[in-house]
Amino acid sequence: MTQSIRVYVPCDSAALSVGANRIAKAIAAEANVRGLDVSLVRNGSRGMLWLEPLVEVETSSGRIAYGPVTAKDVAQLFEADFLNGGAHKLRLGTVESIPQFARQTRLTFARIGTTDPLSLDDYIRHDGFKGLDRALALTGADIVEAVAASGLRGRGGAGFPTGIKWRTVLGAQSDQKYVVCNADEGDSGTFADRMVMEGDPYMLIEGMTIAGLAVGATKGYVYIRSEYPDAFRTFSRAIELAHEAGYLGASIKGSGRTFELEARLGAGAYICGEETSLLESLEGKRGVVRAKPPIPALVGLFGKPTIVNNVLSLAAIPFILAEGADAYAKHGIDRSRGTLPVQLAGNIKQGGLYELRFGMSLREIIQDFGGGTRSGRPIRAVQIGGPLGAYFPPSLLDTPLDYEALAARKGLLGHGGIVVFDDTVDMAKQARFAFEFCSKESCGKCTPCRIGATRGVEVVDRIIQGQDRAKNRAVLDDLCEVMTDGSLCAMGGLTPVPVISALTHFPEDFERPVLRQAAE
Amino acid sequence: MTRQALWNDTRARAIIDSHLQLEGAMLPILHALQEEFGYVDERADALIADSLNLSHAEVRGTISFYHDFHREPAAKHVIQLCRAEACQSVGCEQLVSHLHSAHGVEVDGQTHDGLVQVKTVYCLGNCALGPSALVDGEILGRVDAQTLDALIEQRDHTTSLRDAVEEQRS
Repeated sequence: MTQSIRVYVPCDSAALSVGANRIAKAIAAEANVRGLDVSLVRNGSRGMLWLEPLVEVETSSGRIAYGPVTAKDVAQLFEADFLNGGAHKLRLGTVESIPQFARQTRLTFARIGTTDPLSLDDYIRHDGFKGLDRALALTGADIVEAVAASGLRGRGGAGFPTGIKWRTVLGAQSDQKYVVCNADEGDSGTFADRMVMEGDPYMLIEGMTIAGLAVGATKGYVYIRSEYPDAFRTFSRAIELAHEAGYLGASIKGSGRTFELEARLGAGAYICGEETSLLESLEGKRGVVRAKPPIPALVGLFGKPTIVNNVLSLAAIPFILAEGADAYAKHGIDRSRGTLPVQLAGNIKQGGLYELRFGMSLREIIQDFGGGTRSGRPIRAVQIGGPLGAYFPPSLLDTPLDYEALAARKGLLGHGGIVVFDDTVDMAKQARFAFEFCSKESCGKCTPCRIGATRGVEVVDRIIQGQDRAKNRAVLDDLCEVMTDGSLCAMGGLTPVPVISALTHFPEDFERPVLRQAAE
Repeated sequence: MTRQALWNDTRARAIIDSHLQLEGAMLPILHALQEEFGYVDERADALIADSLNLSHAEVRGTISFYHDFHREPAAKHVIQLCRAEACQSVGCEQLVSHLHSAHGVEVDGQTHDGLVQVKTVYCLGNCALGPSALVDGEILGRVDAQTLDALIEQRDHTTSLRDAVEEQRS
């Protein structure tokens, strides 16, 4: 009997959104009809999303990729002997030879797309749990110092040094401590957390377990947004399987050390991505932001010392422990250490997740990786860092992508999302939307955000309608200042960022002649 | 298709009880009730308040805070259309207009026969392949006017709406 041929069809929800399940079924059916022994593996996505569904075949010369595959291509692919890497118009060669893949530095995403996300065997075969093994042999303080030495900064947006946060929790005295993973990835243009949870869930489980060992926390929660049903399903299943195999529970790998983990579903509130609002929500309350201090590291979930970290921060931990802090720190520039999972989105031809060294320019990313706009029209604006991030004009595209360079241009890196707009975008509308979004999603606790957002929509509307433009512009500037300086958290405090960037870089959109209504 | 059992006090109480061992059980309870009945009936408030030793105000306040929880039974089909920035850049607002002009459907409203509800959602994490939607909980990318036409036209069928769209696309 011949050995069965492995064919990979991703189960990442981006791939599912363009029909990957249908392709998987069609390949299985066609193989069956032809009497061929094919073993289908549902892997994570390689991140080159414009090629999805990206089908890979394991051959003697590596994994040969074909994509994007549609249902009607499947029979042709069999005719072209794709199971042996045969020539076909969709053949892309080995995945590693695709330029957008070859130019990456994949640390966090090294495994994603190569393995079956729920297979513990796959995970272990690809260096999984090496970091946990090291951590089990270290003291909590040693683990914390390794994380501090790596230079890892929080990847949720604020960029706070992870090691310092952990040190605070380690030093706190309490009968109970918690590790909370913020997987409420609500920023438009970002999907890296989702890809980790769907594509390599054990990496996050391992990172959280190490965090628990480091600070003496025995319980962890992952707060996953309800807009990610696939991620929630996959991650919940991974927790069950890890538990059954003894990687979670009362005695992790027989060490006598305890770490329990639970996935919790959010309920459609953007503000719950703010760490204190998230904690309130986990406690079962309205997601209303807490005043700081006290910081969650000292008074967090249920009032106990709590690590709250983003998915990508925790996902970087196994590598740091397994390979050493230096191996991580040697990547990066200045104070931006490690790598940056860039999510290229919006009106872009070749969008996806690219894990890059820090310092590549926006232009390189958008042109070389992204190939320009999907519509083929010129780029007019690029929003970086989600709904609270700045809109940059094409003249700023040579800005390198790191925390400090973006801050110097009144932008922010946030969670690493880049959303491209072509020249049909109306920046006055985008400024209006920034306020509208804030008015819908504000938790309502502080006045600048709750009232300011609604007033912001009204003022921008008056400017668009041509009413007392100069006066309303003065009101708008004043309002932005009040929200920036007076809001309790980043929601109200940063909503002016996209607005001010639109006013600064695209003033003509706020000065357009008013079109007369057809009815007049 | 959204699943809906008729409201039943005993069943609701059993669902609530099965979550009481959790820390901060409120959201898991609300999700479980909505999963079972398609909405959170107001009769649930007292049961939850009693079980979690909270005031009615705390329960109602929590339910009303979150966009996900609703007080009326959901339609047979629910389309959650993403209207965040990445989907705006590829024309989601034209889709909103199309739903209105071609089907008389307002977003955050429903079809005349009440079979399909269309709701705004902000980001489904499919931002490189937008416009995106969750159709009865299943993700769909590169949504265009034809996709929406197919979804609305297929609303009466018993098969999965999303499958119907893939059928039409291939």
